[in-house]
Amino acid sequence: MIRVRQLIKSFGWPRIIIALFLLSLFIIAPMVGVKVSSSLSDTIARFGMNGIMVLAMVPMVHSGCGLNFGLPLGIIAGLLGGTLSIQFGFLGGSSFIMAVLLTTPFAVLFGFGYGKLLNKVKGGEMMIATYVGFSSVAFMCMMWLLLPYTSPTMVWGYTGSGLRTTISTEGFYLHVLNDFLKVQIGENFSFPTGMMLFFALMAFIVWAFLHTKTGTAMTAVGSNPVFARASGINIDRTRTLSVIMSTWLGAIGILVYQQSFGFIQLYMGPFYMALPAVSAILIGGASVNKATITNVVVGTFLFQGILTMTPSVMNSLIHTDMSEVIRIVVSNGMILYALTRKSEATR
Amino acid sequence: MNVLKETRGEKFFRVLEKNAVPILFLAICAIGIPFSGYSLNYLGQEVITRISRNSFLIIALLVPIMAGMGLNFGMTLGAMAGQIGLIFITDWGIGGIPGMVLAMILSTPISAFLGWMCGKILNMAKGREMVTSYIIGFFINGLYQLIVLYGMGAVIPIKSPALILPRGYGIRNTVNLISLRKSLDNIWAIKVFGLSVPVMTLIVIALLCVFIVWFRKTKLGQDMRAVGQDMEVARAAGIKVEHTRIVSIVISTILAGYGMILYLQNIGTLNTYNSHMQIGMFSIAALLVGGATVNRAGIGNVFLGVTLFHLMFIVSPMAGKNLIGQAQLGEYFRVFVSYGVITIALVLYEVRKRRDKARVGRLLAQDQTDVKEVK
Amino acid sequence: MKQPGAPLLEMRNISKDFFGNQVLADVNFTLSSGEILGLVGENGAGKTTLMKILFGMDIIHQTGGYGGEIFLHGKAVRYQSSFEALADGIGMVHQEFSLLPDFSAAENILLNREPKKSSPVSEVFGDRMDTIDRKSMQQKARTAIKKLGVELDPAMLVGQMPVGHKQFTEIAREISKDHIKLLVLDEPTAVLTEREADILLSAMRKLAEEGIAIIFISHRLQEVIDVCDTVLVMRDGRIIKDVPAAGLTIPQIARWMVGREVGEHPGRRAFNPEAQPVILSMKNLWVDMPGETVRDVTLDVHQGEILGVGGLAGQGKLGIPNGAMGLFPAGGTITFKGNAIPLNQPRRFLDAGMAFVSEDRRGVGLLLDESLDWNISFTAMQVQERFLKKYLKGAIKWRDEKQIQAIAKKYIDALEIRCTSFRQKAKELSGGNQQKVCLAKAFAVEPGLLFVSEPTRGIDIGAKGLVLQALRDYNSKSGTTIVMVSSELEELRAICDRIAIVADGRISGILPSDAESADFGLLMVGKQPDGSTEGGQG
Repeated sequence: MIRVRQLIKSFGWPRIIIALFLLSLFIIAPMVGVKVSSSLSDTIARFGMNGIMVLAMVPMVHSGCGLNFGLPLGIIAGLLGGTLSIQFGFLGGSSFIMAVLLTTPFAVLFGFGYGKLLNKVKGGEMMIATYVGFSSVAFMCMMWLLLPYTSPTMVWGYTGSGLRTTISTEGFYLHVLNDFLKVQIGENFSFPTGMMLFFALMAFIVWAFLHTKTGTAMTAVGSNPVFARASGINIDRTRTLSVIMSTWLGAIGILVYQQSFGFIQLYMGPFYMALPAVSAILIGGASVNKATITNVVVGTFLFQGILTMTPSVMNSLIHTDMSEVIRIVVSNGMILYALTRKSEATR
Repeated sequence: MNVLKETRGEKFFRVLEKNAVPILFLAICAIGIPFSGYSLNYLGQEVITRISRNSFLIIALLVPIMAGMGLNFGMTLGAMAGQIGLIFITDWGIGGIPGMVLAMILSTPISAFLGWMCGKILNMAKGREMVTSYIIGFFINGLYQLIVLYGMGAVIPIKSPALILPRGYGIRNTVNLISLRKSLDNIWAIKVFGLSVPVMTLIVIALLCVFIVWFRKTKLGQDMRAVGQDMEVARAAGIKVEHTRIVSIVISTILAGYGMILYLQNIGTLNTYNSHMQIGMFSIAALLVGGATVNRAGIGNVFLGVTLFHLMFIVSPMAGKNLIGQAQLGEYFRVFVSYGVITIALVLYEVRKRRDKARVGRLLAQDQTDVKEVK
Repeated sequence: MKQPGAPLLEMRNISKDFFGNQVLADVNFTLSSGEILGLVGENGAGKTTLMKILFGMDIIHQTGGYGGEIFLHGKAVRYQSSFEALADGIGMVHQEFSLLPDFSAAENILLNREPKKSSPVSEVFGDRMDTIDRKSMQQKARTAIKKLGVELDPAMLVGQMPVGHKQFTEIAREISKDHIKLLVLDEPTAVLTEREADILLSAMRKLAEEGIAIIFISHRLQEVIDVCDTVLVMRDGRIIKDVPAAGLTIPQIARWMVGREVGEHPGRRAFNPEAQPVILSMKNLWVDMPGETVRDVTLDVHQGEILGVGGLAGQGKLGIPNGAMGLFPAGGTITFKGNAIPLNQPRRFLDAGMAFVSEDRRGVGLLLDESLDWNISFTAMQVQERFLKKYLKGAIKWRDEKQIQAIAKKYIDALEIRCTSFRQKAKELSGGNQQKVCLAKAFAVEPGLLFVSEPTRGIDIGAKGLVLQALRDYNSKSGTTIVMVSSELEELRAICDRIAIVADGRISGILPSDAESADFGLLMVGKQPDGSTEGGQG
């Protein structure tokens, strides 16, 4: 009994409630005529789409920079890479590889500046990160209009300049990962092997990094910066590195998202993308200064599972689509829970 | 020995930096106004309208700043309460001043409850009030949607077909407040130099300012200022810190509710699911443009801020169009500036907080070298 | 100035232990109205705990209360919180200022006791809506300042005041309370200049004349002798002397403060540090460490010795290792094995082969949320690239868990760290075992010179012995030079070869550890012993 209680405590009530809720949705689903196989397939696809953006939280949490509310900045780097790859005329699989390559310098540059800024505002990172994300999105809105893109698939047809709000990735990198070694079981279930492998690769890179000397230093900086300093670690440099990593992961994350989703969403598209990623990792059991790869996997699965299941099940059950409200309450409630926990308020 | 040696240049930059945001906005407006091509008369009228429309909401932000809780991003809570009040009076068909007053009365308990809850939560998240209040805004927005989009008409009786969605429950995306429109503004509107001035609304705002000035002088106001400077010292002196902080948020939320009603009576239509989400951001940006900081803001900042921020807001689309040929660009520009100014203000606040600490260190170091020189 | 009748305050048989660790025993004294009582003693003698008991601080109740009785005007009292003590007219001015920088002196003096005017609004909404009567507030503040007899502008913002005025504001706040009878001043002159201190002392006399009793805690013995009626000397939680101040001398008091009978002293080992080459040399070191400012320290450390650094709290002894390591801004020069070590760069200090065990175990010394093996191996891994597996010609430096665990196990065994395994988190250990983990972390880098700061602070007696033994063993086995900073002179004398005493940010003298304890006492208060035991540079 005590062990069960400890297990519950270590897992956390909010997580158990959410997991039970998701489980009950899967149980109810067949009764109200929703196909579990297709729901599961959707959940897995969305897991693959969003997983890397959730993973982008990990380095910053490890170095003590808090939750990466500035994810939109990384997403913008990804958008630049994606659009440039198309602009330069790459097609198919090579366009994705080029997008990743072109994205990288932007992500490193943005991450560097962003990291330097966050070093100046230690203690107030999260609020500033939020507004850095917002301002950069708004700034890029102007840039999408002004930058000299010419590819006819991307610019507005009638003026010939300025990028469209949504750009199809068809013919470029649409489903390049999804369809790689895709496993189709029956009519309704498919497993996007390539995308999952790519996520696994990214997760492995982060995991491996955290096992190196520098990764260990990063964890120590997040755990106790004074201790790290007394061990000769350059705190600011370590933090900047973590921010660069988070930004890069965010950029790669959006590219993976686009190849599955089929569209590049510009302008205000990235605006609210940080909140789902933040709440996903928190649902997975992370806190403001501790996060693991397991948290990412569990959290993304639970969060995306609820997002997939609630509309279909709720709709069939009470003929009302309350999924949006449930999403808002669950995700923000989770963030509030994490922000107000005593053990974390010490920092 | 207690004064830090500072060159004249350093001092100049310190003063400049202190007023960096208003100066920047003055510059933007000075450039933007001629390019927009708007007449001064038009701009004057717009500024008067914006002052009467927005000031009340912005003043609602002052109380939590006094209590050291930063910018109250949770003012959206009050805005939602105000909107619920408006939905009810519209359903009951009560317009004009009685409708407004009734809406305010209805909003008060809702605001007070939401504010109390928000304050409770913020007391659990000391040191990160702003990001928490910001998330609370989103969280309560979820509950607001639950009530307004699903509860109203289904559980909560709303009869008017003009309000209810065709499916039978839930409030429509836009609610026409025609019976309320400008009912306060038009009570006593006069023309000055061809500009119409809503005197009655301005009187209400002036009364609120008097209230704020008076409030600062009360025991509660004094306690809030004490709590805002140092919670531990205040606690040691026997001030109820947690309670004081909650009260400050409750007052702010209630005022935000009234402010929202005033704002919407001027506009005349309620965007049921959007109006409240943006109002927090615009109010905070305007206050910061007026030179306020996260821990210090006054009534002067409110009016300077409204004027400068909204001038920028009005002129930038036209200026963008005339400068680069795209009105869209100007629109994005003003969004960028709104977020940018909040970002800058937050960064400056954190940087200053750290530099003030370093200043003490520098003083000591200087002390050390002084001692050495004497030897 | 003692008066007949029941004394204002009487403490009878006060005792207190923190989890079996006796910190106060059999404390008895009385205090009359208008009497100034000087309370002196080394750090850890029990002065602070005694005052906390008087005020009924939470920490006392949380740790099981106290023994004995307190009488105020002959009536037994047992305060549950400091507010109850305040209500009975007992006020305290702490060492750290408790002031609001953006409030004026008057606002601070009358904080939460502001004179108010009621209005129709407050009739309805309660008295917190009363407006504040600024005029009468200024008036009251002025009265309090006048009573104190100092010059202070009630309208001045505290943030812009010199330190002395802040101190006066604090005291004015206490005496502005209506029926203040007893005032406790904890080290009020420590931050003041000599002139300001003089003003404060005369203010104290003035208050005493008006019938307010004062308990004056200070390390400045001359001031104690000058201003007090009675002097109470505490040592090891007991009152050693309770004598009239008239005719006392500094050496007398100093001797009482530190003087344990020598006897149990383990004796100096046969080792002459001065015959060894100098391994570390500090010249004109200054360190800006809040509360422990180092002003001008010049000190040579010899190869293989254990050098003790002692002194009273706040005099700067803690600043020396912290500044040398670079954790706080510092200036001056440090030479280690002939190489100049740049200051303010912890990495260079570590690279040179020195290590530091901080006095702030939980804040600086440990990764509380991480496992023991991480804690022990971290510094060595980061600074010396040990416990790593290298791949691709060193491009990838992979954590070698096996080696990390091996080193952790080695030190857990060697230092007898009590834990469930090396995977246990550091925060779950007891203070003594945490201290051993900190030592293990330092030992793991195999330093040429080790700074240890307050190694036994906050740990129980059994663990103290073990920690000291570990240090001594390490020194004799590996020949590592150790600089040990501690507030407990006895502990320094137990294991050190020489002891340097710091007073007012400077080294006031260095003595062999078997020198007369009274001489150490004099050095602590910044006086030179006139005997023959002088050693080292002054």
